[in-house]
Amino acid sequence: MIEVEGVRKFYGSKAALDDVSFRIDRGEVVGFLGLNGAGKTTMLRILCGLLLPSAGRVRVDGIDAVDEPLELRRRIGFLPDRPPLYGEMSVRDMLRYAGHLNGVPSRNLAARVDEVIELTGLSRVAFDLVETLSHGYRQRTGIATAIVHAPRFVVLDEPISGLDPAQIVEMRSVIRGLKDKHTVLMSSHILGEVSATCDRILVLHGGRIVAEGSEADLVKGGARRTEIVARGTRAALDAAGIVARDGVTDVEVGDIDGGLVRIRARVASDEACEHLVGALVHGGFGVRSVVPLESDLESLFLQLTAGTAGVTGAAA
Amino acid sequence: MTAALHIARRELAGYLSSMTGWWILALVLLADGLLFNGYALSGEKKSFDVLQLFFYYSSGTTMVASVFISMRLFAEERQQGTMVLLESAPIPEHAVVVGKFLGAWAFLLLLLALTGYMPALVVVNGKVTVGHVFAGYAGLALLGAACIAIGAFASSVAKNQILAAVLAGAIIVALLLSWTLARKVEGPVGDVVGFLDLFDQHFRTFSRGTVKLGSVAYYAALAYGALLSTTAVLSSRRWRA
Repeated sequence: MIEVEGVRKFYGSKAALDDVSFRIDRGEVVGFLGLNGAGKTTMLRILCGLLLPSAGRVRVDGIDAVDEPLELRRRIGFLPDRPPLYGEMSVRDMLRYAGHLNGVPSRNLAARVDEVIELTGLSRVAFDLVETLSHGYRQRTGIATAIVHAPRFVVLDEPISGLDPAQIVEMRSVIRGLKDKHTVLMSSHILGEVSATCDRILVLHGGRIVAEGSEADLVKGGARRTEIVARGTRAALDAAGIVARDGVTDVEVGDIDGGLVRIRARVASDEACEHLVGALVHGGFGVRSVVPLESDLESLFLQLTAGTAGVTGAAA
Repeated sequence: MTAALHIARRELAGYLSSMTGWWILALVLLADGLLFNGYALSGEKKSFDVLQLFFYYSSGTTMVASVFISMRLFAEERQQGTMVLLESAPIPEHAVVVGKFLGAWAFLLLLLALTGYMPALVVVNGKVTVGHVFAGYAGLALLGAACIAIGAFASSVAKNQILAAVLAGAIIVALLLSWTLARKVEGPVGDVVGFLDLFDQHFRTFSRGTVKLGSVAYYAALAYGALLSTTAVLSSRRWRA
């Protein structure tokens, strides 16, 4: 189990992390979501013992990051945003070297390297030099080096950054495959990936955890930008005063061709959307279409990172 | 210690698989050969003096080679983003430093071994003892160890390899010139500054075929101090970015 309590990290007078607390249980795949500069990498580097916190505690299976850094590092495998690989080594040699560094006994190393190559789908390039690998295979090799010593926890910093769509799908499957034997914490600023890969999401913004929970928990009650096209005009709609109501904010109304009016607004919930559509129909504005402009998670993320309040339940 | 040996092995393999490593080997061997032929062998000299001159010139090329060998130790790892592999492994910082140092030193020893044909010629055709050769090479190995340790420290604090080479070069030149300062300072302070002299005070005896325990201790202490400082730099990085 990973326990993070009140962690702060200062670079000079600038706080990169401000009172961050969370907990990750065994077998979870947890996503760290945040904009660039939110503090994700700093938090991950602290978790892996590469940085020491200015304040607070980090414990992995009860091992304190400050008191027993080597024990902590033994339990964690880390893939930074740029895989730490030596170009002149073959994939197999790279994994053997990472195994030696991480204390895998020599008698078990060959078998473990074979196992990891199989798990990460590197069999085809096992004897190729790292410098000749595609970006996708380098990422996989990076993951393989992170798990070669069979750590309980695997921390991946932006593992899908720079991959093409086909590689992203493959990488997603590799990461999900880790779940059987490892607890995985991955960071990303790509919403779709966190949503598709992770069981639980921690949203980091401005060095603080601003929300956490499963995607379903997070989006519950979150406002979403929605577009409604109805029969009528802007003037008539303004006169009817239908749109100005609870749960409907950031309203933009404009006439479009064919005697139609387009309403774009942030709607607080599905119920609020139903009431708005009902009111429009009741007021004689025949509704032609209702289209969400953002995914639920995207909408929530934009609200959180804009510094706005209003995320209920799961907000930290 | 096992991890340090694995790091050393990879480091040595890294030199041998890089163009930089082969360039250093080629240029130092070329320089040593030219200096040996052009100066040490020129004119009428006793074989003892030829061998002494060989070690004199080799000490210069060894110091230069040590700077270029060691400049990559940490600066290159940081530039290429591979340092994190060592930092995230359950290895104490001193083992990383020792491993890196041993790898670089092994490469330097390989380079020194390749110069062996020159003193071998003197031994075969002249009247010098094998002990003189061993003492000279022991001096070169110790001088190289101290310079590589200084280079490792420079590489750990510098942002890139060029700055690391400049810093290491500056420290070594300062130690080489400490005898000039020692002349101007009288008393025990002058003696201490004079004792710090990297070449004149300590290497000259090796080049004459004599091993002085004090000089061995000096080079060992210099290397130890530089490696200890390097370890402190690596440890302090965990507190910073």
